[in-house]
Amino acid sequence: MSSFPFLLVMILLPAVGAAVIAALPRGREQTAKQLALGVSLVVLLLAVLTTVAFDTNGPRFQLTTSVSWIPDFGVRFALGVDGIALVMLLLIGVLVPVVVAASWNDTAAGNRSMRAFFAWLLLLEAMMVGVFAATDVFVFYVFFEAMLVPMYFLIGSFGGPRRQYAAVKFFLYSLVGGLVMLAAVIGLYVVSSQQLAHGTFSFDALRNLQIDPGVQKLLFLGFFLAFAIKAPLVPFHTWLPDSGAEAPIGGGVLLVGVLDKVGTFGFLRYCLPLFPDASRAFAPWILGLAVAGILYAALLAMAQSDMKRLVAYTSISHFGFIALGIFAFTTEAGTGAVLYMVNHGISTGLLFLVVGMLIARGGSRQIGDYGGVASYAPLLAGSMLIAGLASLALPGTNSFVSEFLVLIGSFPTRPVYTIIATVGMILAALYILLMYQRTMNGPPRGVLLEELPPGAENGPVGGESAHDSVLDHHGGATATLTETATATAPARARLRIRDLSRRELAVVTPLIALIIALGVYPQPLLNLIRPAVSATMSDVGADPHGITPTHAPNKGK
Amino acid sequence: MHTVPASGLLAASWLLIALPLAGAAVLLLGGRRTDRWGHLLGVATVAVAFVIGLACTVQLGGMSGSKSVNLDLFTFISAGTLDVKAGLLFDPLSAIFVLLITGVGSLIHIYSVGYMADDPGRRRFFAYLNLFVAAMLLLVLGNSYVALYVGWEGVGLASFLLIAFWYRRPAAVTAAKKAFVMNRVGDVGLALAIFIMFAQLGTTSFVGVLGSTGALAGGVLTALGLLLLLGACGKSGQFPLQAWLPDAMEGPTPVSALIHAATMVTAGVYLIARSAPIYDHAPAARTVVTIIGAITLMIGAIAGCAYDDIKKVLAYSTVSQIGYMFLAVGLGPIGYVAGLAHLLTHGFFKAGLFLGAGSVMHAMNDSVDMRRFGGLWRRMPVTFATFGLGYLALIGFPLLSGYWTKDAIIEAAFDHGGTTGYVLGGVGVLGAGLTAFYMTRLMFMTFFGRPRWDAGSASTPVDPHESPGVMTVPMIVLAVGSVAAGYLLTQAFPLSAWLSPVFGTNKLESHVVAPLWIGVLVIGAMVLGVAAAWLFVGRREVPVVRPARVSPVVRAARNALYADAINESLFMRPGQWLARALVFVDNRRVDGAVNGIAATLGGSSARLGRAQTGFVRSYALGMLGGAVVVAGALLAVTAG
Amino acid sequence: MTLSWYLVLAAVLFTIGAVGVLVRRNAIVVFMCVELMLNSVNLTLVTFARASGTLDGQVIAFFVMVVAAAEVVVGLAIIMSIYRTRRSASVDDANLLKY
Repeated sequence: MSSFPFLLVMILLPAVGAAVIAALPRGREQTAKQLALGVSLVVLLLAVLTTVAFDTNGPRFQLTTSVSWIPDFGVRFALGVDGIALVMLLLIGVLVPVVVAASWNDTAAGNRSMRAFFAWLLLLEAMMVGVFAATDVFVFYVFFEAMLVPMYFLIGSFGGPRRQYAAVKFFLYSLVGGLVMLAAVIGLYVVSSQQLAHGTFSFDALRNLQIDPGVQKLLFLGFFLAFAIKAPLVPFHTWLPDSGAEAPIGGGVLLVGVLDKVGTFGFLRYCLPLFPDASRAFAPWILGLAVAGILYAALLAMAQSDMKRLVAYTSISHFGFIALGIFAFTTEAGTGAVLYMVNHGISTGLLFLVVGMLIARGGSRQIGDYGGVASYAPLLAGSMLIAGLASLALPGTNSFVSEFLVLIGSFPTRPVYTIIATVGMILAALYILLMYQRTMNGPPRGVLLEELPPGAENGPVGGESAHDSVLDHHGGATATLTETATATAPARARLRIRDLSRRELAVVTPLIALIIALGVYPQPLLNLIRPAVSATMSDVGADPHGITPTHAPNKGK
Repeated sequence: MHTVPASGLLAASWLLIALPLAGAAVLLLGGRRTDRWGHLLGVATVAVAFVIGLACTVQLGGMSGSKSVNLDLFTFISAGTLDVKAGLLFDPLSAIFVLLITGVGSLIHIYSVGYMADDPGRRRFFAYLNLFVAAMLLLVLGNSYVALYVGWEGVGLASFLLIAFWYRRPAAVTAAKKAFVMNRVGDVGLALAIFIMFAQLGTTSFVGVLGSTGALAGGVLTALGLLLLLGACGKSGQFPLQAWLPDAMEGPTPVSALIHAATMVTAGVYLIARSAPIYDHAPAARTVVTIIGAITLMIGAIAGCAYDDIKKVLAYSTVSQIGYMFLAVGLGPIGYVAGLAHLLTHGFFKAGLFLGAGSVMHAMNDSVDMRRFGGLWRRMPVTFATFGLGYLALIGFPLLSGYWTKDAIIEAAFDHGGTTGYVLGGVGVLGAGLTAFYMTRLMFMTFFGRPRWDAGSASTPVDPHESPGVMTVPMIVLAVGSVAAGYLLTQAFPLSAWLSPVFGTNKLESHVVAPLWIGVLVIGAMVLGVAAAWLFVGRREVPVVRPARVSPVVRAARNALYADAINESLFMRPGQWLARALVFVDNRRVDGAVNGIAATLGGSSARLGRAQTGFVRSYALGMLGGAVVVAGALLAVTAG
Repeated sequence: MTLSWYLVLAAVLFTIGAVGVLVRRNAIVVFMCVELMLNSVNLTLVTFARASGTLDGQVIAFFVMVVAAAEVVVGLAIIMSIYRTRRSASVDDANLLKY
């Protein structure tokens, strides 16, 4: 079973699928969608099978494939996964079919075809699998840059009104980081050719190099800049709100859900093991950026009026937590950070999707254009609430486990940073509730409002039809004491909104199920992640077994 | 701390949490299909949980040896040296909470069937109530601080959902947000305490942490005590995080009774009592607990005197009574049992009072303005009787519940000794007087005097009537509890004996002030309070419109001593300014720098582009010039 | 005969050609000046070939002639078509290829 080249197939299959979809004749949109869904489901199946074939007690990289590619420079097309990459592959496997289903009824602006959208989506999936599965730094770099192309077209061709600006900004930002990283990759090659018989890009070989600390710092910064832009850490973040806001919902989910994780994945996979001395030297600075980012982005999120930008800023805040977990150099925090990468993809992905569904109904991204949706679309409101609660890391949802692990793991080594970071927990509650309550609660108002003709039944379209009268009955009485209780809607009005359709339910249900399941029983994923994080921590000189408490643990039960 | 593995029925104590949780899940996922019988399911799960809880408690009582029963369910989080088991701890302390939550919970569920009968969202209401009961049970049953934390935030969520149950009312929505966020502030304290426990001891379980407090340094213990106190203050509405609790009355009245009076808000007391070994080693933290309790009890009592909203008065009364409990548990071993006994009796009479208030609101078209009540005793005899018993219990009328438990706290405060003891005891006595004043005022305004209500509109005439049986029966049961619980818990079946496996036996032989004199003092204060209320409220007509010209003291009390104003000017406004300033910084400075670079590059490329004139001859000149430079350079190199 | 006379002649021809390209506006004249420069280079090539006794320079000179012939064909065609559309053979009038 393990001889089957899972990873290669997971790259080639969507790539081929993308080519086939692109080659379909015009007007075969339905076929394109079905093909995209089929291919992405097969990739999900492959990801699951890969997980089954993966042995947590086995060697660090498993299911390896290695083919000579450019022998003159020692480049091999080498693939393999450790636990960290594996969970990311699972995340990709889950998110892409969800995104395909979520984009099912989208229409492209102008004369563009949704065929192209699904083709780019599948190509993006191939590239994302490649970037996580690469075990050769050069191959990683190639996928890292190639990933930009499909995302550029997804944003630039299918995005919102300012899509061109956003796409170019995204592309240039990433390209700058990528080019600096290219210099560092070449630098690594030069160092390896000085120390080894042949220069190489192989991760395993590079990990064993003894690099001069000064050189390490330069190379580290080269990689770090690329990853800090990708992740993104404050102050390299300003492309994300623009891209996140302008991207089509499907593209946006993959952008914040998976693509950005390449940055934090890069910290863990490349920065820490390859440049341990430099990592330790720069850790206080990076932690400072991370913690500043948590608070800074959270405050900014609170002040946003555009829902998609708000979600983008919450992501920046969450990336601060992930970076904190990675650069705290403990197994607990590192494990938490990796789990956070997965959980954030699920919870923010869901939040993005639900926000997108609301925007699709109202046609506006402004929070102020909605209000009182909950009584007309309870499923939509419930989904947003669950996504929001997962975003603010409420216990019982998946994000709690990861945020808790990051913080509890960072506290023993970095108490000050951790204490400041916990303030982010309060701010998270604020920005999520602000968005949820303003759009979903309160009296009905905003773009979806329609006044009823006289004589029509004053109540929601189906559902809790007697709600209004009872509420007025309650509300009117208390208004004498609570001056704030004022009704803003005209007396005879309702919202014109559909609740979630069957297809949309099929989109949100798997993610909600994962949020709850991973919130209650995260251990299977933790078991996958832990060995890889332990290995990384021993690379960087930390205790791979975890934190030793100040006082010997009391074993008496 | 020594635990034994669960056996018998106790091995199934996870059902206590699972049943209400399943109820909530069925009701939420089932949608409108469950509308017809949803409320019955909601009541059934909690009632069955109560029976299980009772059976478990009986089994626990019959056990010899260790009375701490541990039940590990599964590994929740394991990474590195952190190993958190999802598990339950059933001991005498959690047993009394289980009984309180499921017992009072069942009664309030039954009451809600009637109270919410006309509300189309009744199913959703029961789903949230069940969710609350499940989370609250997890809070008191969890065997580690992490499990407690999960329940802790779970009840916060349920409280948020239920306060905003009528989510079209802006006031309810704002109150829910306020409650959640202020609770989160406290939760941060609890979370940090958990982090310190793990960093110091490598474990978060009660057994591991509380069993090795001796190993910890004094500073660490004080820090732990204060952080846990911060968490407790958030959840229990204690100073300085008390402002959310009165606003939480925007929720339906059964919610106020169950969550914001009887159970959830007492979680802070549970946390401190559970962490007794930590506080026993951290006297400084314990002093802070008593101070917080004393301050809050005064704030609550003063604010309670000025409000005209019947639920707000009861809410401030809750704040004040929980202040008593904090004061008690802060006193150390002599106070734990007194505080917990008051918690239990308070659970009875305050829940009963809220249900009575709900019954009044039900009769008065959901009005809460006491200036519009009056003379209701004639119209609603059952409500009046049950409410009256709860009132007597709360003000500490001799031989009723509050008398036994509040006196015990004041006694313990005096027994603390020294100036501190006299100050705390004095505050307790003063609080008792104020309690008598505001509750008597409430009684006069609501049940006595001339009827002051409007006729109402034609469609919804105001016609006060007694509530249906499904509502009055729980009120009667709770009234019986209000009368008898104090005697039962302090005299007949002493709580101190039941809890001795947890807190040990602390029998104080010599008192600083003789209990008899304390009793006289407290009763005297109570009589003074009642008399004052009669003087100011009872003997004259209550104005329908609240007097505007009042002394600064009354104005301060009406504004709850300006807690909201302080929060607003200290945190909210600066926070908003900061957020707005940061938006400017982000758009103009950070993003501006990036766009500035782009603009500079674009501008310079445009300027350079002007060199491309399109005239062939100028290009040729350029080529020639270039060739000359190259040739010159070659010459210079070869010659030099 | 010294080598330098030929080279001086080539340099003079080249300079005349270069100045012509830079100062004249008529496309035909510019074209002829370009040819002059090419031929001056050819002269240099042949001179050095003769001096060093190899044929390489002469071979390259032939290449230059062939290329020049091809260039004349294309160039004159362009000039003709520009003249037809604009009624002018001035190089300054055709300045569309700019920023």
